[in-house]
Amino acid sequence: MRRFLGAAAALALIGGLSACGGDGDNEASSEAETEQVTLTVFAAASLTSTFTELGERFEAENEGVSVEFNFAGSSDLVAQIQNGSPADVFASADEKNMEKATGDDLVEGEPTLFAANTLQIVTAPGNPKDIEGFEDLAAEDVTLVICAPEVPCGAATKEVEESSGVTLSPSSEESAVTDVLAKVTSGEADAGLVYVTDAVGAGDAVESISFPEAAEAVNDYPIAVLSDSEHGDVAQRFVDFVLGPMGQEVLGEAGFVQSE
Amino acid sequence: MTDTPALECEILLEERGVDLRLEVADGETVAVLGPNGAGKSTLLSTIAGTLRPDRGSARLGSETLFDVDTGGRGLWRQPHARGIALLAQDALLFPHLTVTENVAFGPRSRGVPRRAAREAARRWLDEVGAGEYAGRKPSQLSGGQAQRISVARALAAEPRLLLLDEPMAALDVTMVPSVRQMLRRVLADRTSVIVTHDVLDALLLADRVVVLEDGGVAEEGPTADVLARPRSTFGASIADVNLWPGTATKDGVRSTGGAEMHGAAHIAVDPGQPAIAAFAPRAVALYLEPPVGSPRNVLPARVRELEPRGATVRVRVDGPGGAEMSAEVTAGALAELGLVPGTEVFAVVKATEVTTYPA
Amino acid sequence: MRSPQYSGLPAWVYVPAVAGAAFVLLPLLALMARVDWSQFISLITSESSVAALRLSLITASISTVACLVLGVPMAIVLVRTRFAGQSVLRSLVLLPMVLPPVVGGIALLYTFGRRGLLGEHLEVLGIQIAFSTAAVVLAQTFVSLPFLVVSLEGTLRTAGQRYDIVAATLGAKPTTVLRRVTLPLVLPGLASGAILAFARALGEFGATITFAGSLQGVTRTLPLEIYLQREVDPDAAVALSLVLVVVAVLVIGLVRGSRGQM
Repeated sequence: MRRFLGAAAALALIGGLSACGGDGDNEASSEAETEQVTLTVFAAASLTSTFTELGERFEAENEGVSVEFNFAGSSDLVAQIQNGSPADVFASADEKNMEKATGDDLVEGEPTLFAANTLQIVTAPGNPKDIEGFEDLAAEDVTLVICAPEVPCGAATKEVEESSGVTLSPSSEESAVTDVLAKVTSGEADAGLVYVTDAVGAGDAVESISFPEAAEAVNDYPIAVLSDSEHGDVAQRFVDFVLGPMGQEVLGEAGFVQSE
Repeated sequence: MTDTPALECEILLEERGVDLRLEVADGETVAVLGPNGAGKSTLLSTIAGTLRPDRGSARLGSETLFDVDTGGRGLWRQPHARGIALLAQDALLFPHLTVTENVAFGPRSRGVPRRAAREAARRWLDEVGAGEYAGRKPSQLSGGQAQRISVARALAAEPRLLLLDEPMAALDVTMVPSVRQMLRRVLADRTSVIVTHDVLDALLLADRVVVLEDGGVAEEGPTADVLARPRSTFGASIADVNLWPGTATKDGVRSTGGAEMHGAAHIAVDPGQPAIAAFAPRAVALYLEPPVGSPRNVLPARVRELEPRGATVRVRVDGPGGAEMSAEVTAGALAELGLVPGTEVFAVVKATEVTTYPA
Repeated sequence: MRSPQYSGLPAWVYVPAVAGAAFVLLPLLALMARVDWSQFISLITSESSVAALRLSLITASISTVACLVLGVPMAIVLVRTRFAGQSVLRSLVLLPMVLPPVVGGIALLYTFGRRGLLGEHLEVLGIQIAFSTAAVVLAQTFVSLPFLVVSLEGTLRTAGQRYDIVAATLGAKPTTVLRRVTLPLVLPGLASGAILAFARALGEFGATITFAGSLQGVTRTLPLEIYLQREVDPDAAVALSLVLVVVAVLVIGLVRGSRGQM
């Protein structure tokens, strides 16, 4: 009985904290901004490794600033921002989702494109089906896995298909790039179409093949400071950092290209 | 009846401490009596084939049921291939089948066509006096009705041996006499083994009694002999009841010698029919003078023998017309009355403790 | 009307009890509140929705049959026999119930996948399971089988063996006993087990997406369709979610009904 009441009290406490936590934080930080600032960055899942690294470097350069990330699918992040989640910076994996945020006046100023991603073919190590280009993916004996057209990588795949005139007949249309990769690395599929950054992240588990048609579908990543941010200046500094030489170097190592 | 044994079995189960031998003659009904844990159910389960003994063998007629040596290896006939039906305390009618389907289950399992099986079922239902319930579901039956149908179901399977495991123990007492009479009719010429704790079952249904104690046979013999002169502890304990056979009157039983025993008439037996009255020794009180008031059962008697049993003494007396009975008397009362063999006494039996049964 | 009975409960018990009920019901209400009713019919009758619903119903039905074919004998053997390692086996059989479905999907991949334990040999025979509807059925059967086994096991234990013994002594062969006595007696448990298995199969997501892939009309079942639609058309996802909720409510009602007969 006593234990139960304790647990109930703890639950109530957590509920209360999360309900009013935002306010408390903001007041504290505006009073003593120079002392401690926590920057909350909402970033697309494909940015997980690069932004984690950039966050650490940014913290090292800016004393008193700590960066916290919320990595998820871009559409989930927009939905969270629309529902009032406190965030300072939003980095989206596509312009469509960023437009949702700008449309609702949630963004301070104009979003900036900070990176671009293109598609790449991945095959099982050793490339057993001898795939050399985009056309080879349409061969009948190739078990191909791509992203569903509803998600950004699938939309890009569709664009390449349309512009190149090659019709693919995939065995599966996954809802996430990671699912495509998993099917190739496990050997279930002979080939898959993923972003360059995902192919780089997969390392030796796959063999990557670039193809010229990929240029038809470049996926641009926009970043913006959110209008509800309580530390707009620090947020802007982070955006500048991502756009600066250090940010671009880290992104480049991960396979991103510079946006045009 | 011939003297060729129809069932012959010998079983050893070390874990349960059972080591016994049983023979049942062709057409004979044997009552197996004994305290809890004596091995009665183990015996039936082994014969039926649902329990494998460590060692033993059994033959039914010319057929071997099982013949296993140490560790239970050897010949073992499956229960369904033994031709042995087992009736338990509970009727265990299949709840999802109608009464007719229940009784037709045995014939259908033998491969009898549906229509013939149903006809057989009706015959057996009539035989046990349950024809009117043919279309019912078991949930719509009383315990007594269900047990009758369970008997019909067992018989319809045309078993060569019928095993009954306390078939009336779970019945309402008012149901027992009629079910017992029905069993008496159907068991008459059947090889059967009935496990019971009721001396009346032994008396009315069995030709022979086997008393089990501690996993072995303590005594066996014709029912009347065992009840009259029990040699085992358990035999003595169940024989410890006064039985008063005769013909039914409107509220009791008139003995062959002409003396009437009035009873609590809650079990109806048609007057003139054979009946038996039963009462415990402690229901019998002895007086030197005719008692005051007007008790209904006052019988002149003469003390024949005294048998001390702990704090009490069993006094056997000869009543009118050759009837005999036992009375339970405290040692104090015995001394006060000064009873010795030959003393003339008046035996008073409380009518409320006398139960009458159809015989 | 129920007659007032002494419940013997302390008053404070009602607070968490009501909170718990609200915790379960509120999200459902929230879901219903988000449904765009004017578009509801058109959302759930779109080509991709119908294909997903159809595929879900077909695969869940086949999986349920597979669960019955495999699960009934399993439950009977587990209840009626004694063998070494039985209790361990019993626990392991229930594993898919508590395992994250994605783990089940990975395990299936390494069994029936192209390079899997069995898949390798099937591949030689020209049978490819991955990315086929058969893979969906395998994934669903894998996760729902324990539900049928557990439900039937309980009913079998409660029913006991007494009727089966009677049937055998009436001359019925083991197969006859199973068909005419054992199974009819546990029918309520069997029915509720089958319904639960069907429901679990219908809701299966993790193992399917990991093992079977996602292609309209072939492997993209309703839960996968919902997951995908969430990206582009949240209204469609909500509408389809409601369809699954309705199916789930029907299933619970059916289970309650079949249990009530016992």
